[in-house]
Amino acid sequence: MDNPAPAPERQLDTATVDEAIGFLRSEHADAVTLDDRDGYEGIIVEGGRLLDIARVIRDDLGFDYLSSATAVDYLGAGDHLEMVYHAYRTSGGGALVFKAQTDRENAEIPSLVSIWRGADFQEREAWDLMGIKFPGHPNLKRILMWEGFQGHPLRKDWREAYYEEEQKPFDSRWPGGHVHRAEEKNVFGKNVTYPPDIDLGRLMDTSESAVYQSLGLGVDVERIMDKDGFETNELVVNMGPHHPSTHGVFRMVLTVDGETVTSLEPVMGYLHRNHEKIGERNTYLHNIPFTDRLDYISSMGNNHGYVLAVEQLMSLGRKYNPPTYRCEALRVMMVELSRIVNHLWAIGFWLNDIGAFFTPVLYFVQERERILDFFEAVAGSRMMCNYMRFGGLFGDLPARIKSVSNLTNDRVRDYNTMQFLTEMINERIPRTIDDLERLLTQNEILLERSIGVGVLSREDAVNYSAAGPLLRGSGVAYDIRRAEPYSIYPELDFDVAVEEEGDMYARYRVRVAEMRESVRILKQILPRLEATAGESIWADGKPGAYAPRVPHGEAYGRVENGKGELGYYVVSAGGRGGSANPWRYHVRAPSFINLTPMGIMSRGHKVADIVGILGSIDIVLGETDR
Amino acid sequence: MYGTGLAKGLMLTLRHFVESYVDDVRYGFRKYHHSTDNFGIRQGTKTKGVITVQYPDEKVAVPERFRFVPFLIVEDEDHPTRAGKDWCTSCGICAKVCPPQCIWIVRGNDPNTGRPVPEPEAFFIDIDICMNCGFCAEYCPFDAIKMDHDYELASYDRTTHHIHDKERLSKPNSYWRGIAPTRAYEEMLVRGTWEHKDAAKEARRGAASSRASAPRPAAERPAAPQAEVASEASASGETAAPAPAAEGATPWTEDDAKREERRRKALERKARRAAKRGQ
Ligand code: SF4
Ligand code: SF4
Repeated sequence: MDNPAPAPERQLDTATVDEAIGFLRSEHADAVTLDDRDGYEGIIVEGGRLLDIARVIRDDLGFDYLSSATAVDYLGAGDHLEMVYHAYRTSGGGALVFKAQTDRENAEIPSLVSIWRGADFQEREAWDLMGIKFPGHPNLKRILMWEGFQGHPLRKDWREAYYEEEQKPFDSRWPGGHVHRAEEKNVFGKNVTYPPDIDLGRLMDTSESAVYQSLGLGVDVERIMDKDGFETNELVVNMGPHHPSTHGVFRMVLTVDGETVTSLEPVMGYLHRNHEKIGERNTYLHNIPFTDRLDYISSMGNNHGYVLAVEQLMSLGRKYNPPTYRCEALRVMMVELSRIVNHLWAIGFWLNDIGAFFTPVLYFVQERERILDFFEAVAGSRMMCNYMRFGGLFGDLPARIKSVSNLTNDRVRDYNTMQFLTEMINERIPRTIDDLERLLTQNEILLERSIGVGVLSREDAVNYSAAGPLLRGSGVAYDIRRAEPYSIYPELDFDVAVEEEGDMYARYRVRVAEMRESVRILKQILPRLEATAGESIWADGKPGAYAPRVPHGEAYGRVENGKGELGYYVVSAGGRGGSANPWRYHVRAPSFINLTPMGIMSRGHKVADIVGILGSIDIVLGETDR
Repeated sequence: MYGTGLAKGLMLTLRHFVESYVDDVRYGFRKYHHSTDNFGIRQGTKTKGVITVQYPDEKVAVPERFRFVPFLIVEDEDHPTRAGKDWCTSCGICAKVCPPQCIWIVRGNDPNTGRPVPEPEAFFIDIDICMNCGFCAEYCPFDAIKMDHDYELASYDRTTHHIHDKERLSKPNSYWRGIAPTRAYEEMLVRGTWEHKDAAKEARRGAASSRASAPRPAAERPAAPQAEVASEASASGETAAPAPAAEGATPWTEDDAKREERRRKALERKARRAAKRGQ
């Protein structure tokens, strides 16, 4: 109906991104303009036509996967708000980036939920944090902050309670750094403002219905349902935020008919700290250790995505050296070890969730400990690795993994690093995966609990922007390491793990297969490390600057992390010599977006399965809530 | 057949159960509290069975690169010219590079001229805010701030104990060389001297002929760490050293007596601090 070009359609869905943009510009010249800002890519779509164009992008051009949708506040640089969408093809290739702009006063952009369900949570987040309204959104409520919060915190003119200065480093620290605690200057209670129309009494209300009021479920907890003449109560059950099965402070509101779940609403934000606002106050370098705290199970992967995004931006400038080969090999090695750690952890805790309490998980954690020992010796910390730098790394491998006794009762260790690694990769990790399979893959209880439970169809998986094992467990062979390769992945030999069924068991199988593929990659990395021994990890032989300046532009760095696609959308405002702090820093968190289909996956299952389904998605709240 | 999967799994559990006692037998049931020399084997890649470390009866000594709340290096008391002097020049880079901005430095000024002097007047780190990222140590151009290995900082009251001032932060140079010999050695190679950059410069300027830039005896300089790797390629388990100082291969050597002395002093300092805090 809205597509005027039937003839070339067949090639359109395989056309390159540039051709696709060319097509959009010629066919929809009234609505589409090229984004020609310095260092930007993609097109700007006129707000009123966004739905039409998005439909063309999805159906005719074949960009069926909406990876990321986020908002940017260009206060002082055009004074508009902008939604930025990154759409991909599940067959692979680069992004079609399209944007829609709106003014800051009455910010409104049509909702894309009818086209990509995966936009659901992301648009809610944009409403919550940026204050853009999305007409057409089925449930436009705040998602990370609470209903009744004053303002939209990611707007550039919004200031946090402990605001000091727009950007770090703060002047008060040096040379006249007379220490004080932020809380002494800004006593809690005096810095909270409420919107004028808020009923404060309601926030104090502890009644049952108040607990659910803000969720927009349309449920009246006191209502009694009468179904088919049989009197039964449809009950609302609140799980979490403090519940051992939710892997952190995460809440699910279930409507149950007997034991059967009829609807499920994920509620999050309890661990929200506005990571992105902190990130925009920070300098580029400051953000690296902060990324560790997102998915704290695989911080190496978090580092990698972020440095890739900033390196993309830096490569626009003149003074940029790409990382050396050894550096890339080390990065890949660390990331693959993290993937193994992540999957061991995910499978272990999923087993906890479905009732195999702690025996299996401890077998796996034992192996994880060995890998973390290695991280600790190389990067200095077991979980908060903070290992990667722009264009390099914190340091090369130490010759020995070695400790010195310092505290009382300290026990020392001393291993040759390469030997430790070789033994881990060739013996211990494969043996652990074998054990894991022997323990679980044919275990009848596990089969019965997981086969056919929590099914996510192929179409839904794509449409809901599911990522990682959740997507590949539903038969979509989409792995960024292959679909849009980065680092040295193109030259490494490995397969994309994929299973067709889309249930919990399929996701388990995908994780096991991915661990085996990771071992395969690691075995290829070892000779590469030996061959490059002695090579510097820095292109010019010395560490990068502590306050790098980043040229004007935008970049989206995405990596295949253990939990799925982790993307960083970074905008640099540039200026003379580049900017020291990102203008916009957005994290496309797989744990967050993978929860979008949680509702449809749970419908019709028993409450006890919900716990397993959540476990099989594999979320971590540090990343979900950011 | 239904149930075979389960049975296989149970066999595996049984294996783990048996393996958890193998080490006990191997070390004559002295696994935990007495013997320290088998620790490297128990925690290595060859180990089987239980790997639990019985903290605090035994602790895993942290690797050299381990990072915990930073400390400031001051020159050793027995240094011929700079005893007790800060390595920090209050250049402010660590305060700028600190992500949560928990470092506060008051730059020292000469009371007569009013000009800045290369020594901080006050230095604070709010350890509640410090995220142990290690940037301060990584980017300090004078190697004056280092990440500590002492992670036992629990206290009863955060408001009075958790802002470390200069006195609390300062530790002697020898302490750093003790906890991280390889790193100290690598830093020395980059600086070109065991001394502070400025001291070395002064020494060069002052008496180029009479005194070498590095007054420390050459004997203390270890062989390059690379050589040591080549010579020791035996199984990782077997290389676990009871005390690294015993090996000539340790980059920065220190004899046992000196080491004990340092440890005793550190403990004393710690006790004094604890007493002061608890008074
Ligand atoms: S960077 Fe080093 S020398 Fe400069 S103020 Fe910090 S500790 Fe002192
Ligand atoms: S370790 Fe990181 S957070 Fe802590 S004082 Fe140093 S730079 Fe700041």
